[in-house]
Amino acid sequence: MSAGVQPAPVAAQSRGPSALGGDLRRALSLTWMLAVTDFKLRYFGSVLGYLWTLMRPLMLFGVLYFVFTQVIRFGEGVPYYPVYLLTGIVLFTYFSETTTGGVGCLMARENLLRKMHFPRIAIPISVSLSALFNLGLNLVAVFVFAMISGVPIRMSWLQFPFLVLLLALFAIGFAMLLSVLYVRFRDIQPIWDVVLQITFYASPILYVVSKLPAEYVREMMAANPIATILTQMRHAMLDPGAPTAAEAIGSEVRLLIPLATIVAIFALGLWMFKREAPRIAENL
Amino acid sequence: MVPFADLPATVRQPAVGRQRDGSSPPPAVSVERVSKRFRLPHEQYSTLKQRVLHPRRSRTFSELRALEDVSFDIAPGEFFGIVGRNGSGKSTLLKCLAGIYGVDNGRVDVRGRLSPFIELGVGFHPELSARDNVAINAIMLGLTRKQALERFDEIIAFAELEEFVDLKLKNYSSGMSVRLGFAVAIQVDADVLLVDEVLAVGDASFQQKCFDEFDRLKAEGRTIVFVTHGMDSVRRFCDRAMLLERGNLVDIGDPEEIAAKYAEVNFGTVGDDGPSAAPGTPRARITRTWCAAAGGPVPEVGDDTVTIAQGDDCVACMEVELHDALEDPVFSINFRNDVRHTIYVARSDRGGPTGSFAAGDRATVRFRFPNWLGPSVYTLTPSVVTSDGRRTLDQRVDAVTLRVEAPRFSGGVADLPTEIEVERS
Repeated sequence: MSAGVQPAPVAAQSRGPSALGGDLRRALSLTWMLAVTDFKLRYFGSVLGYLWTLMRPLMLFGVLYFVFTQVIRFGEGVPYYPVYLLTGIVLFTYFSETTTGGVGCLMARENLLRKMHFPRIAIPISVSLSALFNLGLNLVAVFVFAMISGVPIRMSWLQFPFLVLLLALFAIGFAMLLSVLYVRFRDIQPIWDVVLQITFYASPILYVVSKLPAEYVREMMAANPIATILTQMRHAMLDPGAPTAAEAIGSEVRLLIPLATIVAIFALGLWMFKREAPRIAENL
Repeated sequence: MVPFADLPATVRQPAVGRQRDGSSPPPAVSVERVSKRFRLPHEQYSTLKQRVLHPRRSRTFSELRALEDVSFDIAPGEFFGIVGRNGSGKSTLLKCLAGIYGVDNGRVDVRGRLSPFIELGVGFHPELSARDNVAINAIMLGLTRKQALERFDEIIAFAELEEFVDLKLKNYSSGMSVRLGFAVAIQVDADVLLVDEVLAVGDASFQQKCFDEFDRLKAEGRTIVFVTHGMDSVRRFCDRAMLLERGNLVDIGDPEEIAAKYAEVNFGTVGDDGPSAAPGTPRARITRTWCAAAGGPVPEVGDDTVTIAQGDDCVACMEVELHDALEDPVFSINFRNDVRHTIYVARSDRGGPTGSFAAGDRATVRFRFPNWLGPSVYTLTPSVVTSDGRRTLDQRVDAVTLRVEAPRFSGGVADLPTEIEVERS
């Protein structure tokens, strides 16, 4: 007697206690919708709209390009250094956007969390997704720039999506972890700002690893998966003569260290998030 | 697959129960001995430094018992009201039902699809147009994008906002956005709806529409759990209602009775419930209550209706027999007007403690007061309560009826003696 008038597709949903299936579909559309709304709103009211998503990394790129090619001449002898610099900045921007977005995302959606039942994970995932949209747009600009600079298209470009996937896993892991930590400790925010700055300089964005002493590179790559990703990106996209990630870190087996770090951060983030999820609403 | 396992373990949502035989169907919502506590740290530690510097101090906290051992069932198709004062645990209970909060003890079972929201317009964004907000809100409530688009016109028509579809929500009046929220919410395909204070806003004609909509949902057999302060809507819609007070279930039953009780808890200082029969409770009995103009004759026994002119001094009296020894009992008479609002409470503890009483003592308690009550009919409810106010020893609901007569009706519930001065300049 309790069903009332319901269209067929919904009746199917009310069938089982396997709330996961129904919830998963809803979680996906919810995540997507939150991400799209967020993306729409981000540059809302500014005259140039979406162009700003491009402007920020481009401006940073312009400054760094000027400093490191005209003043300090850092990129000398590095093929397609400007393209490398821009790609590095764009990828790092994605990482930084996802993680800083992750820190405050639960706070920002407090109203939803307190008033509605839905899979909590939709919130940090939507933040990463909206940063991913940005990355997509920025990569279009990078592509145009690479074409102008005369970078030849190669089969090894196919590695790029895989590298982005690794970076995304790493970033989403941090986003989940930081979002629940921030609910408990408000000083995560300044701490993370500092960590990001350190990571920026500890990643080969302004420089390339082949210019550094090999044993130093090995440690850096083991400690910082972003360094590994960027090094492999340079090899695959821009310069087949540049060392691969495996060469830079020492061996293929050692490559497992940054991979394991990425997986571990993702797993830790997911575990922490799952653990805290039921109480997020009351701890906010 | 990412496990979206934030559902608290105690909240299960089994399939819709359809009983084809004659037996009574299983409850749509069953709440079994649910308790919920919130930890309120004495000092809020939200930075790492504080936590590191004072690792031990952070462990002191007080517990707020938001819900204590609450159990009840709601039948499918029932319209169930939850009432109580602010902070009585209504909204916490609703959040536990919705699965937003996990419970500490007990279980919550919900049969059928549960609406996931407890408030209208969750997730409305002021910078977006009504069109976008409807889509967002509908998806949040569990509709698919396609369904949301199909029903868009219907939603807008119901909310009577056709002219404002592309206006940003921040330019809407609060009534308009509530209308929009309600219009979306009723589209949700849920068997069990949870609603927190929906009828507070909106103009009269829209409220009527909402009432009609409630009637429709009711006719469709949806189960609705509904938190409110409005006793009119409780009386009008609810099949049953429940009164919560400080996290405890006070009473559950007929909406009329619950509404009356709510008025008592809310406005009166009479005990939370009737004479308690708990063992060890000292016994007292109110033998007689009367009310009369001061200096006038005491009414005959059995004559419990009295008329007194406004402005006269008035005596209300209760006679009590104490069957057990008692320290400082509180005697009170609660005056309620014709719409059951407590207007005045005469209490013995205003004059200090009443002293010790031995078993077998009798007490006659007289309250003398100038009668500045507005012209109306009042009923007097005497009670005897323990000194801490926690236990009601005896209570006689509406023992005496008092009619106050006045030359004119001022509009207020009391006509306090007033000096009037009009200065012209």
